[in-house]
Amino acid sequence: MKKKKDISILGGRVIDPANGIDQLTDLHITGGKILCLGEAPNDFQPDYTIDAKDHIVCPGLIDLCANLREPGAEHKATIASETLAAASGGITTLCCTPDTYPVIDSPAVVGQIRHKARKAGFCRLLPQGALTQAMDGERLSEMAALKAAGCITVTNTYTPLANTLVQRRAMEYASTFDLLTVIRPEDQHLSNHGCVHEGKVADRMGLPGIPEAAETVAVARDLALAETTGAVIHFHALSSASAARTMAWAKREGRQVSADVAIHQLHLTELDIEGFDANFHVRPPLRNDSDRDGLREAVANNVIQAICSDHQPHEADAKSSPFPDTEPGISGLETLLPLTLKLVEQGVLDMSSAIARLTCGPADILGLPLGRLTPKYAADICIFNPHKRWQVASDKLLSAGKNSPFIGWEMPGRVTHTLLKGRLVYSEKG
Amino acid sequence: MSHSNRTLQLDEEQRLLHFLTIDGLGKEILTEILDTSEGFTGVSERTIKKVPLCRGKVVANLFFENSTRTRTTFELAAKRLSADVLNLNISASAASKGETLLDTLHNLEAMHVDMFIVRHASSGAAHFIAQHADRGVGVINAGDGRHAHPTQAMLDMFTIRRHKGEFVGLRVAIVGDILHSRVARSQILALNSLGVSEVRVVAPRTLLPSDARSLGVHVYHDMEEGVRDVDVIIMLRLQKERMQGTLLPSEHEYFSLFGLTERRLALADSEAIVMHPGPINRGVEMDSKVADGAQSVILQQVSYGIAIRMAVISMVIGTQNLRMQEVAG
Repeated sequence: MKKKKDISILGGRVIDPANGIDQLTDLHITGGKILCLGEAPNDFQPDYTIDAKDHIVCPGLIDLCANLREPGAEHKATIASETLAAASGGITTLCCTPDTYPVIDSPAVVGQIRHKARKAGFCRLLPQGALTQAMDGERLSEMAALKAAGCITVTNTYTPLANTLVQRRAMEYASTFDLLTVIRPEDQHLSNHGCVHEGKVADRMGLPGIPEAAETVAVARDLALAETTGAVIHFHALSSASAARTMAWAKREGRQVSADVAIHQLHLTELDIEGFDANFHVRPPLRNDSDRDGLREAVANNVIQAICSDHQPHEADAKSSPFPDTEPGISGLETLLPLTLKLVEQGVLDMSSAIARLTCGPADILGLPLGRLTPKYAADICIFNPHKRWQVASDKLLSAGKNSPFIGWEMPGRVTHTLLKGRLVYSEKG
Repeated sequence: MSHSNRTLQLDEEQRLLHFLTIDGLGKEILTEILDTSEGFTGVSERTIKKVPLCRGKVVANLFFENSTRTRTTFELAAKRLSADVLNLNISASAASKGETLLDTLHNLEAMHVDMFIVRHASSGAAHFIAQHADRGVGVINAGDGRHAHPTQAMLDMFTIRRHKGEFVGLRVAIVGDILHSRVARSQILALNSLGVSEVRVVAPRTLLPSDARSLGVHVYHDMEEGVRDVDVIIMLRLQKERMQGTLLPSEHEYFSLFGLTERRLALADSEAIVMHPGPINRGVEMDSKVADGAQSVILQQVSYGIAIRMAVISMVIGTQNLRMQEVAG
């Protein structure tokens, strides 16, 4: 095996929110791990250096939710294509969802996915296991085996568990093995085949709506179950201000619960679906501006500790139908960081908090020693030019999914280097 | 919404390119459609029921959802304009073979169709086709999901204008399943655009959109209050499958609360007209005595439907012809 390179990243603005660091300094890497900040030891001889002047150097980003489509839907995307897209967006750790074909409900599928990710080599891929077998919502998956095979959490993804008893048992069983239960809160009876937020815009456009209550009912139910069972749970992809307020309450009560939000929910609203553009078809749906503002506030207050891409790449055909007949989802890996930096520009977050929501925030939810520049930690690093502005264009996206509603938007911040365990996996110059 | 719908449906000279929704069109265009229709009402009464306005043009009826009445009136309208008409009942052919909507569209374009008349179960389908069709091909929405049914709304406006003369000062009540009704959405837009003084919707809350007031209507849950002193009562069709279950408990209770009876009709203005887009569920939405009574204009709506559709088809084809002449120089 080749010796891992020793690297010095020089003169960047190093932001490491977990350690309270925001200063112009050097960062040194040895053996794939962080060596130190500031002055290197006298005997340290880097194999190469990276000039990070006018750039921000931060921990590699951690994305809690991305669907990579492999195995089973390789016509949409593959592990290789999407992990490369992730690396180009500064993401070094990616949690993939179990709604593949076959479902991630057996160690064999976990093994296959991890093998493909290692072969591609762009990203640390952490598979999430299914909460129930084949995601049928009825029989528990073999969670102990899934954990042993490398699953980081268990989740229902897009298939809400209709049966509350199964939900309770799944949480209890997962907590037996200290597995985090990740829940996409949705009461499917209330969502009733809707495709947009139930509100003024849906009323006018005659599109079937998903009420806010579809989310708040599920959040309330699962908070009650978590209290009963003592399980640790995480709510994924909140979409309503009301759910965010419930989370704030739960935190004040000292509940063991966390939440994330998809970045597009912090920028878009139901008004964007006017014109029936299927690239805005997403689940949970884009809600109104007070929901967006409530979610922004929750992110600013750290009630929501993580921002994710909720990446859902699609082939063009999946979006080429009348709006309700299209598949929901946004290709979001490459716009996660720039859209978060946009929140800094807009005064929603300071730079350190913005980076925290993409690094140590998600790492702490997963309970992993990642997302910080602490010596001896894996040297997962993202270096970006915060002053560089660029325009999103579908032919420039590395993801196989070109289904972005942000095509044509001007974005702040461009990733120039991504390092995974001290290895350069992406550089802007190629 | 209004702006994007305006730019999609009208060219820079404010001529009709497509007819997808009432939204964004404005009073002038709607009035032009009504005035043009007036000229076509006589055609049906002639011995030779044809005018040569669309001779040599091919109009395709693209119906992804079953319909007899609407499809027939569009077909008659196109034929009276001397166009060639293709009737495609897609629910029974391509869609069941897995062909996508876009494939169907492109196949028909290869046959040099000049206009698509589209009915589809999904809201936004007509917009989708208009956005993907070749330039120069016109699209008319014959009903998409819960979104819009603009020609039905215009024939209703035509019927109202014929009976009431003008829109200003009118009070109109729309009764029934507003939530699932593309007809109601288009009617509300047209009535407000043409300047009636009040649009009311009358329904139980399960059959109303979440924020019905935002559509520009006054909301009533009591039928007697809702129809009191109105000049026009529009009854909506209630789909059979919605009569039992979680939206309504029974036909019986619905009729007892919201059915239009002679007694309730007497609460409206003495010269009020009664309309219904058809087909009627007698004894569910309205009493037979009202449906067949002196104030009912339901059958006139059907015959006016042909004139309205002739007007819209000829206006869109007319825009195509003018634009081709302009390009030719």
